[in-house]
Amino acid sequence: MKLSDLRYDLSIIASWIEPGSRVLELGCGEGDLLHWLKKEKAVKERGIEIQESKVEKCIEKGISVLQGDINEEIEDYPDNTFDYAICSQTLQQVFEPRGLIHSMMRVAKKGVVSFPNFGHYRVRMQLALTGRAPVTKELPYSWHDTPNIRVLSLLDFKKFTEDAGVKIFKQAAINTKGNQRQGRRVTVLPNLFATYGIFLIGKE
Amino acid sequence: MSEYTDSSRPGRTVGLVEKKTFTFAGPPDRLRLESGAEIGPVTLAYETCGTLNPDKTNAVLVLHALSGDSHVAGYYDPKDAKPGWWDIMVGPGKGIDTDQYFVICSNIIGSCCGSTGPASVNPETGKEYGTRFPVVTIGDMVEAQKALLDHLGIDTLLSVIGGSVGGMQVLEWCARFPERVRSAVPLATTSRHSALAIAFNEVARQAIMADPNWNEGHYYSGKKPDMGLAIARMIGHITYLSDESMRLKFGRKLQNRSALSFEFGAEFQVESYLQYQGKKFIERFDANSFLYITKAADYFDLARQYGSGSLVKAFSRCRAKFLVVSYTSDWLYPTYQSREMVKAMKKNDLDVSFCEIDAQWGHDAFLLPNERLDHLMAGFLKGVSDEIE
Repeated sequence: MKLSDLRYDLSIIASWIEPGSRVLELGCGEGDLLHWLKKEKAVKERGIEIQESKVEKCIEKGISVLQGDINEEIEDYPDNTFDYAICSQTLQQVFEPRGLIHSMMRVAKKGVVSFPNFGHYRVRMQLALTGRAPVTKELPYSWHDTPNIRVLSLLDFKKFTEDAGVKIFKQAAINTKGNQRQGRRVTVLPNLFATYGIFLIGKE
Repeated sequence: MSEYTDSSRPGRTVGLVEKKTFTFAGPPDRLRLESGAEIGPVTLAYETCGTLNPDKTNAVLVLHALSGDSHVAGYYDPKDAKPGWWDIMVGPGKGIDTDQYFVICSNIIGSCCGSTGPASVNPETGKEYGTRFPVVTIGDMVEAQKALLDHLGIDTLLSVIGGSVGGMQVLEWCARFPERVRSAVPLATTSRHSALAIAFNEVARQAIMADPNWNEGHYYSGKKPDMGLAIARMIGHITYLSDESMRLKFGRKLQNRSALSFEFGAEFQVESYLQYQGKKFIERFDANSFLYITKAADYFDLARQYGSGSLVKAFSRCRAKFLVVSYTSDWLYPTYQSREMVKAMKKNDLDVSFCEIDAQWGHDAFLLPNERLDHLMAGFLKGVSDEIE
């Protein structure tokens, strides 16, 4: 499997993971990232996913996954069980993000967090010009039915890491196309032009 | 636990299979049981399907539940009305694919389907053991299965798989012989019975022992405690269903009548169903075996046995890769009991997958056709096989 077989944001995360490491993914969906990492980087993989049908898809791929709530399941692991804890496009749906990142830093040496950027210019324009809560491709729900209860911008996350005493080792601001399979890095004014942010974080 | 449900699906089968037996612990040897008692010789009835590969790395041991037997799949005779009890799962291209794996299933000791149990003749007396048969545990059942594997020349099992009381044997295998088990699939099971589960078993046992024909367990030359055993089975069947499945299956529908009779016959469909299940059961099962196996299940306590009360400590012995599966409507061994196991496995950094399957059919769900379970099983086993290569 090639790196380009993965969705663009996942391919960036995959490129950051050291071969042979121990990886926990919170909200691993159908297990595409873990499957790739297991095959190509021989990682020892663990996933947590709440939806039964997605759990089935993961196990069919031969990866180890637990059906359950990420906030609860992460607590059972002893300290430093993993090299990486990944939370890909899920943080914005977590009720207590600070607690979850704290747990990620407890069970793993490093964390990877990615989320849709609420500072993107289209989000800003919608609110500014129409006066209504933004609905975008990356955050496609209405205010009343959205699972994305913790929308944040890239700058918000940087400020958060400073306050929480978490160090950012790597970061990628990206712009993806419709189905998210392809994309490119954003270097100019990322908080305005990136649709997603990806961060590799760790303890100070 | 109600093997031989009426749910067989058409499809490919392993075809004809043979009921084999293996006898060990003959004089001068004896099998020493957990209670300290000794018995011998011990016979196990077993069945195999598929082909053992030259490296002997593709053996899967399937463990049956309370009332099951060694006939896991296929047919003894082309004219048989029904295949083995898990034919929907075990066969070519099925969840446990017999084109890939060598499947072994043996009848547990204490049972009555070809393996040594209370209905067997005690060679010392020339009469059936009856209740002189020593109390056996889940550990004793596994110890006997290990003797069978030694006999078959199989050192390491690719997987041990079983539901309910079969799942208890799976857990016991992982703790007792960790170096011989590569992976394990405990389905719809528990690491120890709740008071609720023990309570139902005790009522069932009391029903048998209250039958005047039971005669302290020595009934083999006279009338059998059929009524007691039938009631015990009826109680069991209630615990295998769920409120929802009973509502859907029976509701308050009447059997072969349109109005209440104001008599005590079986009027409601649910009554008729339970009576039918009871009646069917006495034709194939021994009442004493029911007493012994339910007792073994009640005694089973992985944490007490291997962890001085700590399930985390108990699992620290295990090495297997696990797939734990529970069912949403199983109130006999509810999901929280599976989650307790998973939690203890995680604390030991064991490789565990867990899935709670949404099913309305109660505890019995693990024996019913379910594509999700087929996929989970096939994917998990393939993953384990791939890791060997």
